[in-house]
Amino acid sequence: MPVWSSYSLSDLLLFSPQTYYRLIELYNRAVWPGQVLALGFGVAILALLGRPGSRPGRAVSALLAACWLWVAWAFHLDRYATINWAAVYFAAGFAIQALLLAWSGVVRGRLAFRPGRDPVGRAGFGLLVFALAVQPLVGLIGARSWSGVEIFGLMPDPTVVATLGLLLTTTGRVPWELLVVPILWCALGGATLWAMGAPEAPIMPFAAALCLLLAIWGTSAGRRRSSPA
Amino acid sequence: MPRSHPLTRRALLASSAAMSAAALLPPAMAAAEEPSPLAKPIPATGERLPAIGLGTWITFNVGDDALARDACAEVMRAFFDGGGRLIDSSPMYGSSEAVIGHGIGKLGRPPGLFSATKVWTWSGAAGPGQIEDSRRLWGLERFDLVQVHNLLSWEAHLETLLAMKAEGRVRHVGITTSHGRRHEALEAIMRTRPIDFVQVTYNALDREVERRILPLAAERGIAVIANRPFRGGSLIRSVEDRPLPPWAAEIDAASWAQILLKLAVSHPAVTCAIPATTRVDHVRQNVGAAYGRMPDERMRARMLDEIEAL
Repeated sequence: MPVWSSYSLSDLLLFSPQTYYRLIELYNRAVWPGQVLALGFGVAILALLGRPGSRPGRAVSALLAACWLWVAWAFHLDRYATINWAAVYFAAGFAIQALLLAWSGVVRGRLAFRPGRDPVGRAGFGLLVFALAVQPLVGLIGARSWSGVEIFGLMPDPTVVATLGLLLTTTGRVPWELLVVPILWCALGGATLWAMGAPEAPIMPFAAALCLLLAIWGTSAGRRRSSPA
Repeated sequence: MPRSHPLTRRALLASSAAMSAAALLPPAMAAAEEPSPLAKPIPATGERLPAIGLGTWITFNVGDDALARDACAEVMRAFFDGGGRLIDSSPMYGSSEAVIGHGIGKLGRPPGLFSATKVWTWSGAAGPGQIEDSRRLWGLERFDLVQVHNLLSWEAHLETLLAMKAEGRVRHVGITTSHGRRHEALEAIMRTRPIDFVQVTYNALDREVERRILPLAAERGIAVIANRPFRGGSLIRSVEDRPLPPWAAEIDAASWAQILLKLAVSHPAVTCAIPATTRVDHVRQNVGAAYGRMPDERMRARMLDEIEAL
């Protein structure tokens, strides 16, 4: 039997839930009033969805890429890495995702977001709204306090779920290359929360599974338009 | 977890901090003038180590949180006040080594400190640099013990460590595993390499090491550190609501934690156990397990039977 198969998820957890939640509280305190700006980013993205032309798509992509880059640097590298040596690699993954979003959506203008286009797009929009408005509150069910809520644009989990939702609203082919890092994070982040016994642990794997199913269904049913509007 | 009631006894140590540790010591020692913790010799040198050390896995990985770092320093203070010496860590434990360094800086270097860390990297060439990083984080001139963590790239690291020992840059050399993993490889190393320490998982339920590793350690003159004495806390949680058994008084155990620790360190081949905690009251109770009577072979068998039946 391989040695690694004898480890349980909790064996791989380097820190206590109390330490993790406290880290988020201290991070939220340090970046205040960044939460207001991050929520403003979220509202701006909602406002730009469905607008005609290529500029809104570029703007949404730029905002999203900025959020991924911020999380890579300010959370993973500057904070999370103090209790988890693997966070350096997470930061690299998030930075790569930011570059991919910037390249695909801003430089090449390949991302157009049309949430009302079909059921997949509407479901993606629902996932986006969930990440912006509901997901931060779910942690309050468990051991979190208001000072420890996770907000889109500042923390990985809601940023990832919002991204999955947004990518489901895109026209044309499914941007699979942009789904890799978010799906991987859903597995990692979900496993971490699961090991900590957090009540919100199912959210990330559920969001990943839902996104994959919708993307595959949308592709196979030929319901997606072949080119950006 | 049920915790011991403070026990009346004459002054154990002069300092008030030591008095708080003394409150957790067993009543049978009340009449003793100068009680001292059970200390077992390191076979390689004869130096005696108190049987209860301090682990830092998870508990000391608190990052840059100033309040939590100070709380860890207080755990260290209570540990030393209670007569503890060995603190064990690893570069794999996140910020734990930096937090230990913070504690040492805050307390002043405790004269009894027995510093134990590990080398944990795939690359043999990166080993010396990692050990130097650890030394700087702890703020020490040299480590008392450096162990190869979980047998990772052990041949290269052992070569490095033995050379460092020959140069006087580390006092003892060891190798670790946990959760009962890779015992065959560990046994082969113990038979063929001149190591001073071996670290393995040993507690009331994880006893595989009793068959071959512990007898071999005794035969080869290798000190044994028992990790996970509470099985990551699950052993304590499984018994914490139960009353202490009547025989607890016969071994001067005032809590389930002390029962489990006395069981681990009373094995003749075990040098010390390294429970981890974030709480001052718990660390006092843990170091208190090194005081008072220890179970003999007959009592150990009885304890194991009853704990396994719970």
